[in-house]
Amino acid sequence: MTAEIVPVAPAVETPFRRFVAEFCASRLAVAGLVGLSIILLVAIFAPWIAPQDPYDLRQLDVLDGRLPPLSKSMGGKTYWLGTDDQGRDMLSGIMYGLRTSLLVGVGSSFFAMLIGMAAGLTAAYVGGAIETLIMRIVDIQLSFPAILIALILLAVLGQGVDKIMIALVAVQWAYYARTVRGTALVERRKEYIEAARCLALGKSRIVFRHLLPNCLPPLIVVNTVLVAGAIALEATLSFLGLGLPITKPSLGLLIANGFAYMLSGKYWISFFPGVALLATIVCINLVGDQLRDVLNPRLQK
Amino acid sequence: MTANQPTLSVESLRTHFFTRAGVLKAVDDVSFTVSAGQVLGLVGESGSGKTVTGFSVIGLVDPPGRIVGGRVLFKGEDLVGAGEERLRRLRGDRVAMIFQDPMMTLNPVLRVDTQMIETILAHDPAVGRSAAMERARDALGRVGIPSPDERLRAYPHQFSGGMRQRVAIAIALLNRPDLIIADEPTTALDVTIQGQILYEVQKLCRETGAALIWITHDLSVIAGLADTVCVMYAGRIVESGTVDDVLDRPQHPYTAGLIGSVPSRNRRGVKLAQIPGMTPSLLSLPPGCAFRARCARADDACLAEPPLVIPSPGRGLRCFHPQADAR
Amino acid sequence: MSDAPPMLALDGISQRFVKRLDVAARIANLLGAKLKDEVVHAVDRVDLAVRQGEVVGLVGESGCGKSTLGRIAAGILAPSEGRRRWRGKTVAEMPAAEARAVELKVQMIFQDPFASLNPRLRVEDIVGEAPAVHGIVAGGERDAYVAELLRRVGLDPGFRRRYPHQFSGGQRARVGIARALAVKPEFLVCDEAVAALDVSIQAQVLNLFMDLRADLGLTYLFISHDLGVVEHLSDRVAIMYLGRFVEIAPAEEIFARPNHPYTAALLAGIPRLDARKRRFEPVKGEIPSPLNPPPGCHFHPRCPHAIPRCRVEAPALKAIAPGHWSACHLNDGK
Repeated sequence: MTAEIVPVAPAVETPFRRFVAEFCASRLAVAGLVGLSIILLVAIFAPWIAPQDPYDLRQLDVLDGRLPPLSKSMGGKTYWLGTDDQGRDMLSGIMYGLRTSLLVGVGSSFFAMLIGMAAGLTAAYVGGAIETLIMRIVDIQLSFPAILIALILLAVLGQGVDKIMIALVAVQWAYYARTVRGTALVERRKEYIEAARCLALGKSRIVFRHLLPNCLPPLIVVNTVLVAGAIALEATLSFLGLGLPITKPSLGLLIANGFAYMLSGKYWISFFPGVALLATIVCINLVGDQLRDVLNPRLQK
Repeated sequence: MTANQPTLSVESLRTHFFTRAGVLKAVDDVSFTVSAGQVLGLVGESGSGKTVTGFSVIGLVDPPGRIVGGRVLFKGEDLVGAGEERLRRLRGDRVAMIFQDPMMTLNPVLRVDTQMIETILAHDPAVGRSAAMERARDALGRVGIPSPDERLRAYPHQFSGGMRQRVAIAIALLNRPDLIIADEPTTALDVTIQGQILYEVQKLCRETGAALIWITHDLSVIAGLADTVCVMYAGRIVESGTVDDVLDRPQHPYTAGLIGSVPSRNRRGVKLAQIPGMTPSLLSLPPGCAFRARCARADDACLAEPPLVIPSPGRGLRCFHPQADAR
Repeated sequence: MSDAPPMLALDGISQRFVKRLDVAARIANLLGAKLKDEVVHAVDRVDLAVRQGEVVGLVGESGCGKSTLGRIAAGILAPSEGRRRWRGKTVAEMPAAEARAVELKVQMIFQDPFASLNPRLRVEDIVGEAPAVHGIVAGGERDAYVAELLRRVGLDPGFRRRYPHQFSGGQRARVGIARALAVKPEFLVCDEAVAALDVSIQAQVLNLFMDLRADLGLTYLFISHDLGVVEHLSDRVAIMYLGRFVEIAPAEEIFARPNHPYTAALLAGIPRLDARKRRFEPVKGEIPSPLNPPPGCHFHPRCPHAIPRCRVEAPALKAIAPGHWSACHLNDGK
């Protein structure tokens, strides 16, 4: 026999739609998201939309060097943001620079997240001596300034996109590990994890299918903040000459290039890459702040 | 104030919440009265609007909620139109509220004596600190807290859950309020501790002559405590009357169903009399009687809104097909 | 039948939760402080045997260890001491495959209809995951199997692709029951399974439990603080106070003739529909912290009949009538 069927109430509002509505409650955050989307699109499609390829030497003319914004080139093209000392179009340079900066920032944060997530989940679920070991390493790591660790690593490893990503991952994984462990400790005490254990499901299945997906929301927030941090840190390192090689300039390197000309009135070589860097980080942080407010259960009504 | 004027008289109160998903009629045309020394039980399941009713009375409804109609007459004064300043003067002085979570009342970083003295002095600065201290000690003693002198110097986290609720009650009673609104204050407590608190509250109401509104989902608590009872369903009072009338001779099918589903009302091991279906969402209430879909007596007449009828003095009912005295 | 070993037996079960001293406290100890590890005796030498087809109610107030005992019975928690036997065989000594089979035979229904379902899984995965993993149902038949289970607990199978948040509290409780039934259990541990539900919904779920018992021959350990619910459902009732059983008896017996003063106080304390405007006569005192329970009989500081012996000697459970056990020194005098 079967118990009588209880009709299910229509879902009034899905969590995703509520999430979107709450996110859009802040105009500033929406503006940040729009800005970030534009920046991302520009970075991704730079080779197709940039006026010139700043690293194709055949397209460069040293005679066009250090032209102010809006000048015309010998060939009749307009340099909207001026040129640098090599005669490179700054607008194209910034587009390509954004590409490098975002690749390094997003890529290193992604790998840092993978490592930190594995470490944090292991610590939370296994516990005992392993947890103590992992979390003490995290504590030690976080007690050093990030830039110091990155500087030491780069001094040892040398330059290159891969090297700087290794340095950024080494700096950032600890933040992820700490966040994941905190959330996982709360989630693993919930009854659905006990239910999964009662159903004799395997450990790895419980961790990856049940525990991990529920630890993600705070990670998304940490992730946005840390991507911005990684971009800024990479720019700092490149500015100091320790980051990327001159053949693969990021925004930080462009700023460093123009720094020598600042005092001679040729502000644009440093200024516009700086604005691009600032806009990127501000947009990411605006989105991140709103995500934190929306996803924070304590602020929910 | 005339001698037989009720302490609180709520007339056609409507509180609506204007949410993104639509207008939520949490309290819809609710009327009741409580007199001094009387206990009114407000019973309903989750989402029935019983808590919002209590909050509306003392003007604690936050946006997007708003009182959109009706009157709340406290000793003849309409509180719906009253300013925030007037309401604040009343709260904690003439009207007190006790919540399910005592930490709603208690400040975790202040000592109990500080909080109690502040409450007294805030509403009557003329009392003086030492007299206020005396009153605080009295109040703790009255709610059955042993060695009140010691307890006065403690912080809220040093108390157990039951003790904390007693302190919250003591604070609510400090200024000898005329009206107490208690929102599920014993729901989170253990059976033996609940018994203790019900005992103290009953005694205090008898002694001070305060009117008490006890909001709960538990009919059994109401049975032992209240004089009159209002049963709420989907924002409306569907049945009201004295406890004996309503619990022994329920006329609304919902009340009858609720009473029937209490396990001790059924023979051991036999299936419980159950109400089918579930509470409708207040956002998508069908027109007419909200209980229609779960009601065995419903017919086409129930598509219209059932008006409030007075089947006998002191009773109220919203049903086209009231149950005859079936017991 | 009475010769057969009980379906599930817990022998001399104790559960201690130890909060070890941290480094700072250990350093303080070296300097002369006398800090000790904090030990909570959540369950203190408890014996319980549940026979096939029986419903045993386990009643107690917060901190009495009833949930801990339930988790030990369900196999989620390994006890610090004592044996757990399934049909006479100690589970800890079984080969892994057999022990796993026993794990599936004993399932648990949880209290919180929100926290007990994984919010990120669809209902069909919540219910269908375990039977698929354990090979109870073949891949192609999973859909039909889940639909049948949902129908069994009174849910429309058309909603199996929904997420838990799209259901009401009562429906979530039903999903939790379907999840447990999916691995074909013989024994259900229900930990306050209806405590979070509204009265009218609670009656529906209790009726479902009774139907399942009749149809599937399930055995229950029903944990609750609500005496009314336990009285309605149980064949036998065990009353727990601060980690120990104080009284075990058939349900009619314990509600008609409570022996232990704590049971009597508990029964007197429940509000009843037919008790009007009565004067509540409370038991005095607070429930002591399980961190530091009183010596002797745990109930003696609150007991109106306490004698000096209660302060020093913990009373043992003794039979006072056939099937009726009570742990009270006062019975010795009679």
